Amino acid sequence: MTTTTLHDVRFIEPAKTRNYLNEDYGFFSWVLTRDHKRIAILYLISVTIMFMVGGFFAMMMRLELLTPEGDLLTSDTYNKFFTLHGIVMIFFFLIPSIPAVLGNFILPLQLGAKDLAFPRINLLSWYLYIIGASFGTYVIISGGVDTGWTFYTPFSTQYSNTHVFATTLGAFIVGFSSILTGLNFIVTTHRMRAPGLTWFRLPLNVWALYATSIVMLLATPVLGITLIMLMIERVLHVGIFDPALGGDPLLYQHMFWFYSHPAVYIMILPAMGVASDVIAAFTRKRIFGYKFVAFSSLAIAFLGFLVWAHHMFVAGISVYSAMIFAFLSFFVAVPSAIKVFNWTATMYRASVSWQTPMLYAMGFIGLFTIGGVTGLFLASLGLDVHVTDTYFVVAHFHYVMVGGAVMAYMAGLHYWWPKITGRMYPEWWARLAALLIFVGFNLTFFPQFILGYLGMPRRYHAYAPEFQVLNVLSTAGASVLAVGYALPLVYLLLSLKLGRPAGPNPWGAVGLEWTTSSPPPKENFHETPVVTWEAYDYRGMMKAMGETQNV
Amino acid sequence: MSDLAFEHGEEHPPHPFLQHHFEDLGQQHEASTLGMWAFLCTEILFFGGVLLAYWVYRIMYPAAWALGAEQQNTLAGGTNTLVLIVSSLTMALAVRSAQLNNRRGTVLMLILTLIFGTMFLGIKSYEYHAHWMEGLFPGAHWHWQPKDPAISALTPKVQLFMVFYWGLTGLHALHMVIGVGLLLYILARAWRGDFHAEYYAPVEVMGLYWHFVDIVWIFLFPFLYLIPHVGAHHVG
Repeated sequence: MTTTTLHDVRFIEPAKTRNYLNEDYGFFSWVLTRDHKRIAILYLISVTIMFMVGGFFAMMMRLELLTPEGDLLTSDTYNKFFTLHGIVMIFFFLIPSIPAVLGNFILPLQLGAKDLAFPRINLLSWYLYIIGASFGTYVIISGGVDTGWTFYTPFSTQYSNTHVFATTLGAFIVGFSSILTGLNFIVTTHRMRAPGLTWFRLPLNVWALYATSIVMLLATPVLGITLIMLMIERVLHVGIFDPALGGDPLLYQHMFWFYSHPAVYIMILPAMGVASDVIAAFTRKRIFGYKFVAFSSLAIAFLGFLVWAHHMFVAGISVYSAMIFAFLSFFVAVPSAIKVFNWTATMYRASVSWQTPMLYAMGFIGLFTIGGVTGLFLASLGLDVHVTDTYFVVAHFHYVMVGGAVMAYMAGLHYWWPKITGRMYPEWWARLAALLIFVGFNLTFFPQFILGYLGMPRRYHAYAPEFQVLNVLSTAGASVLAVGYALPLVYLLLSLKLGRPAGPNPWGAVGLEWTTSSPPPKENFHETPVVTWEAYDYRGMMKAMGETQNV
Repeated sequence: MSDLAFEHGEEHPPHPFLQHHFEDLGQQHEASTLGMWAFLCTEILFFGGVLLAYWVYRIMYPAAWALGAEQQNTLAGGTNTLVLIVSSLTMALAVRSAQLNNRRGTVLMLILTLIFGTMFLGIKSYEYHAHWMEGLFPGAHWHWQPKDPAISALTPKVQLFMVFYWGLTGLHALHMVIGVGLLLYILARAWRGDFHAEYYAPVEVMGLYWHFVDIVWIFLFPFLYLIPHVGAHHVG
């Protein structure tokens, strides 16, 4: 068994090699595949469609908010649109995005494994996603749902006459898809690492996906059982969450946020993992404070379970418990800040190259920091009471989820695109799109911080005329953002035909995924790799390259 | 699963049940058992969520909860507890027999486990039937009233108790039905002689699941059947 060396740069024309894309042909070779790489592609297509659906609702809302009057959508329709925007984007795009697309493809490659531990369960998870998404689609076509993505009781159980049951059933089913993905990742990381690949030699992306998987495994079932209780209550009206019959609506909120706060970390932790890998690759350095960054992922996953009630400060929980939850929420800032400082320190005195993935990663750091710091504002009791249910909250979580998670998703998609497809994307267009997304994003959401602080409430289709200027800015930004997201859809698809062949390691990056051909063969590696280097061993790689040149 | 296995080694033919992406049976075995343990963690949180709600309302409405538990058939529930504990023993013996290459013992123990599991479901159906006839099913069909009219105000809360009764035991029974289905599959494979000392992971994973479902019942029985009265009846 030979050691796969880092500077082994074999240039292979993708179409002429045997790889996972041309191993089999035909519809059934895709929908019945057990290859993690093909399942990742299935997920990629599915979540992209859902992203466009969710984006459509966002655009319609922004158009409505161009003017203070409710002139484009009725208030009922607007209620349905913000609900569907939230449900589609959270359950059907953000949660599966990085783990199920990029993680699915990259994790086994980074571990030097032939596949995930349970390939059939991996395929099952995609089918569960599709069944859940079908319920979502059914709801959209048949008239929508208006509860908000949080399904708060007793409105969702007693009063709403929209499709609450089908929506919650869809969310319940898609939850199992993410549980199974998490389970697969945990077992694969424990049991399928290549010889020599110790825990502290793992890329930080693996640590982040591992922490994410723990949250998926332990939080999602609670949402599942909560939604079942909600469905029972809606059908039978027996008082589980109905105060008139002895039930407690606050209990619903507690149980919902016990999942849905950690769910934020399901979105942001893998984004942090992608950012770590990308920053290391484009600074050509080991991530500063590797172990701190690794353990901070686990710390965030753990702390995420202890802070849920900060979503309920005005819901009528006791002041003392609110104080404790505020205090615990501040703690999340510690591991998050450790990551941000360490990424920044990695860039210090490094030879940074500004390719598209790095641009997105830089955007991620900045926007996530703003999102995180405004999260601290919101964790403070007094300020939270002032800005609850205003656009300040909307701006905050979009900075974390779009500015953070989606930016990192785009970073990862561009970074691993050559590995996934074997071809390069067009760098100029990609940089332009990254710039548009960054500018468009800030123009959309920064005004919303001000709007919220000034007191504009969220979830209304009409607003006071003095808020119009900032709303026009926000809508203009959303249009730029839409162009920014449309561009990659075009140039990435075109690159499948026109992109120049990437070769196994176009970035000169360290990591097992770059030691195999692009696209990888069905079994990932031509022979089982043996790892003899540390994570992000760019120093060793440069040294090896220098020696080769001297020969 | 074995179509690619031949690619593996030239030295010795790989085991027919070794999936192509594992290096050896040991790795495959460890992955399977860890996978089941991880799944059981999910299950704990799944049951944990509804048990939390149960406890919140039990603390809020102790009298109604005690009255609800009084409506249960403790003999049937107790018998079922015993049946499940014995079935866990036979399940453990099935795993042990597989480890010891004892095919007949494995098959016998799996059949016994299957019988006990089915017996549990039978007794449970009998209880469900009785509840249904007494009008103890929440919703439109509910027509149960306490015998003492002085405490009839407790009725909606007793109904809430019965929601948790049906929900928890129903969820548990669903797990039992799935367990019986899996047992049939494992039994068929054991009958065929698939398992031996090097390869018995499916039996062990089946056992982990079965014991978990058993342990859930060990909690459900006292939670739903054995609630003591706290003081006198009072309208909660």
